[in-house]
Amino acid sequence: MDFTDSPEEAAFRTEARNWLNANAPAHELPRGVTLDDADEVARGTAWQRRLAEAGYAGILLPQALGGRGGTIMEAVVFGEEEARFNLPKGPYIIIGLSMALPVIAKHGTPEQIERFAAATLLGDLTWCQLFSEPAAGSDLAAVRTRAVKDGDDWVVNGQKVWSSWAHLSDWGILIARTDPSLPKHKGLSFFVVDMKTPGIDVRPIRQISGASDFNETFFTDVRIPDSCRIGAVGEGWACAMTVLTGERLNQGGSDNGEGIGGLIHYAARTPRGRGTALDSEAVRLSLAMAYAEEQAERHFQSRMRTMVSRGENPGAMAAVVKLAFASRYQKTAGLAMELREMAGIAHRPEEADTARIWYDYIWSTALRIAGGADEVLRNQISERVLGMPGDIRADKNVPFDQL
Amino acid sequence: MNFDLSDEQKMLAEQANGLLAERSPPDRLRQLIDAGAEWDEPLWRELAEMGFLGAAIPEQFGGVGMTRLDLAVISEELGRANAALPFFSSIVLAAEAIMLAGSEEQKARWLPALASGDTIATFAYAEGPGGWTADVLTAQVRDGVLDGQKGPVADAGIASLAIVLAHDGSGQPTLGLVSLDHPGVTRTKLASFDQLRAHYELRFDGVPFEPLAAAPADEVLAKLFDLAAVQAAFEAVGGADACLKMARDYAMDRQIFGRPLAGYQAIKHKLADIFVAIELARSSAFYAAWAATYGEEELPAAAAAARLSATGAFEQAARENIQVHGGIGYTFEANCHFYYRRERTLATAIGNREVWANRLIDSFLTQNANVAEVA
Repeated sequence: MDFTDSPEEAAFRTEARNWLNANAPAHELPRGVTLDDADEVARGTAWQRRLAEAGYAGILLPQALGGRGGTIMEAVVFGEEEARFNLPKGPYIIIGLSMALPVIAKHGTPEQIERFAAATLLGDLTWCQLFSEPAAGSDLAAVRTRAVKDGDDWVVNGQKVWSSWAHLSDWGILIARTDPSLPKHKGLSFFVVDMKTPGIDVRPIRQISGASDFNETFFTDVRIPDSCRIGAVGEGWACAMTVLTGERLNQGGSDNGEGIGGLIHYAARTPRGRGTALDSEAVRLSLAMAYAEEQAERHFQSRMRTMVSRGENPGAMAAVVKLAFASRYQKTAGLAMELREMAGIAHRPEEADTARIWYDYIWSTALRIAGGADEVLRNQISERVLGMPGDIRADKNVPFDQL
Repeated sequence: MNFDLSDEQKMLAEQANGLLAERSPPDRLRQLIDAGAEWDEPLWRELAEMGFLGAAIPEQFGGVGMTRLDLAVISEELGRANAALPFFSSIVLAAEAIMLAGSEEQKARWLPALASGDTIATFAYAEGPGGWTADVLTAQVRDGVLDGQKGPVADAGIASLAIVLAHDGSGQPTLGLVSLDHPGVTRTKLASFDQLRAHYELRFDGVPFEPLAAAPADEVLAKLFDLAAVQAAFEAVGGADACLKMARDYAMDRQIFGRPLAGYQAIKHKLADIFVAIELARSSAFYAAWAATYGEEELPAAAAAARLSATGAFEQAARENIQVHGGIGYTFEANCHFYYRRERTLATAIGNREVWANRLIDSFLTQNANVAEVA
């Protein structure tokens, strides 16, 4: 058991660190300043271009697609080094790299790869995801948005939701129903769509956080050329799975701010009675349990990293981190508010820490739902790791239009 | 990074697992309980022959000279089998105490006997429910002679040697070796919650006390309990894992409303949560065992965190295992109860949740003292 890099990893880390030290500072976002969304996207694409020029844009992508053709370990090491800087890497960049490109590379034609791969790597194209619908979230295959063939085009009608940054994206990856007479997983097809196409209406959703970075996207007689279909007609579900597998590998707990250690220090310096909040046995127990869980997540990730560096696929084990992190994040943000007592529910303008805790407490609810809801992840773990039976599906083998 | 057991450690686990599965199956545990046995003596001999007892004892003292991480691998398997052995008392606590604080002469005299299993030792620290800090200890050493009462003490019915925690009259704690065969020792058997781990009350009337004096007793005690917490965490992870597998296998087999019980989300999600708790606890236990071997400074916080996580995982697994089994889980014939009882024993010995939560917070603050000053 050791925590050191292998010689290859160490060499790549040095290379990555040197390059980042020379290039990243100029692209860092100013801390504590909220940028205009369009400004942030512009900075994000500029940083992406710099990465692409140096050959670090798509570490896992094959060289034929303009990527580095590197190992997962290299991607992990580069990600760790890149995370030392406050760089613009929002969904507008991530969706293109980890969702659109893999699906185009695996299911697309040579022409489609030619058309989209380099432009996405260079940051010239930003992407959004048009998957979920009001009645299709965890049950994604229940999408109702219809695509009907008309000459060389598909005519799309329907509504998508939770499309992060769709208001500022160039293109979208879309899953739509092309044959409702088939059972639901079989009648789907996959498209890429230019977000400037007439008939697309992106409306921001007012979220509980107060922000509006998710959208609902309406399609009214939107014409998508057949050349923008990815994979065969009816292959939409396989394409979506390619996308979602990529999504899972990208998730995981990350230390947000100071973590529980910060909370312990906060309690140790916050007066309560004649001593501090940390003199309370109840506070100590709550913080100790939270700290133990946070550290356990970190060590679990070390185990996953070890598997990945050996070329093993953690599979559904990767769901453990996301499942554990999201709930603990919510619980500890709630605990942080309570620790502040009345100051936790109303703060002065300069008390930015409290504002951040509020944000965590609100955002944690989205984390428990997005990218694999808690309940979906529990199903995955019980079925794929513990080998328990799948759920009974009332819609199995039933044509979608008869449901 | 290589955050995993080595191939040799995995082989060691397989060896221990194979032996315990064969020699200590649930029917054997039932047999021991029915016979009123306090331990599985033939199994103890076999463990000794395989070198498991002396795994972490240096070769010069009759051991195998492996690390505490190797010992932890064995602890996990003992937890999985819920073995009826004085391993935690004799090896994890007593032998470790002698390794930490014994003189060379004491080590040479006792460690080979503990490694061979010929001598069984225990560690007498508690005095009822009031903790064991120096200010509450009543057992007292004067002029090399021990008087007072200790208990509950695990495995004291079969042990011939005890490491006793007492005070020296000046308010300082002291640790020393005491022969339990001395006529001044009275052993009174207590009713033990764990039917496979007997506890005793020990009364000492003028019994010779030989101090372990190579280090201050309070420091030795803290380090000893940190190291024991690591082993207990592995034992708990092993027990929790056994409960999870038992619950899953039962749910897969049991038909209810025309399909396997395992197909219902109420059961699937319960077991998925237990799996998560176990794997998180295992990860922290790995880290703590690494710290016990290589990272002196990280050990206190790492041991406490592993202890809390593993205790929580075993608690959840032991309770829900009976729940998943339903009525059959309440019978002596089912195997759930061994773990349900052992879990409470493990969760309480060497300090309850409150004790380890305090240890974690205090160690965290010590380890990050400079950060606190800046903040």
